[in-house]
Amino acid sequence: MNARMLPLLGFVLILALLGFGIWWNQHNDPRAVPSPLIDKPAPAFALPKLYEPQATFGSADLAGEPYLLNVFGSWCVACRDEHPILMREGKRLGIKLVGFNYKDEPDDAKRWLAEYGDPYDIVVADYPGDIAIDFGVTGAPESFLVDANGVIRYKYISPITPRVIDEELLPRIAALKGTTR
Amino acid sequence: MRQGRSPTLPRTAHAPHRLAAHLLFACVLALGFACAMTARAGVDPLPFADRAEELRFQALTKQLRCLVCQNESLNDSSAPLAADLRRDVFEQMRSGKSDEEIKTWLTARYGDFVLYDPPLRGGTWLLWFGPLLVLTAGAAGVAMTVRRRARAAVADSTRSTRPASDVEDDW
Repeated sequence: MNARMLPLLGFVLILALLGFGIWWNQHNDPRAVPSPLIDKPAPAFALPKLYEPQATFGSADLAGEPYLLNVFGSWCVACRDEHPILMREGKRLGIKLVGFNYKDEPDDAKRWLAEYGDPYDIVVADYPGDIAIDFGVTGAPESFLVDANGVIRYKYISPITPRVIDEELLPRIAALKGTTR
Repeated sequence: MRQGRSPTLPRTAHAPHRLAAHLLFACVLALGFACAMTARAGVDPLPFADRAEELRFQALTKQLRCLVCQNESLNDSSAPLAADLRRDVFEQMRSGKSDEEIKTWLTARYGDFVLYDPPLRGGTWLLWFGPLLVLTAGAAGVAMTVRRRARAAVADSTRSTRPASDVEDDW
């Protein structure tokens, strides 16, 4: 090979690296923080119910069944995108959908759910955000799939889409049901 | 646009220039003020017992990454989550935990991501030594090229009258 071609080859290599970087960023969210809690027990929590602040609800009440914990807030714009998907297709999951109202004014949250509908089986409110830190929540929306033994099996950061339900959540839920039966 | 409304402006030939200078000065002031305000917003007053505790807190939170504004440290960020985490770090310092224990507490929740300096272990050695590898490869490449050219130049100068420097211009 001619030595004169060497710079061109170097340029093509750099171009390939750039192309790979663009491709990688389109298929992976560089801002997503990988959770160290996957396959670890979900943090124990007992939080006030949104609609009944005197009563608490928590991990003890959920033991023995898989559930999807969905972190949301009325202040969260992306949750607004996710909401209709949960309304329309949440039931398809076939497990309990727990709403985790994160750092939200209870009145705002109730108004939000009254206006757009309430897809959740139960909604708990973490106003101070302490339990969210135990879960390693970095924002909303985020969703945690927890199995019947209280172990976090999967975490999804970003609004849930029909694709996420079909390709990520349903296969994992089916696997969970297979092992617990 | 503003000259007409301001009665105090002298109507001299160079007034527009001066006005522009004044406006620019005002903008710079306003910008500086706004920056100071936003910087202030990131700092929620924590009841430090003394200067040493405050310095330890600052040093620790500067090594921790904010999970929301990922280019900022926990010390700088004005994100609500960063404020919560600063409060937690402060409370744990108060309860007598060491810096390492606090970092362990954070990495158990957020992973190595929360540390600006990831720990050296199996999965991170490429991260730590990758630049050194690239540098070594580059240095080796340069050394090889230089040696090859030196040899070529010597061979060339023995055979022809062409000055050795011309070889350098080949590419």
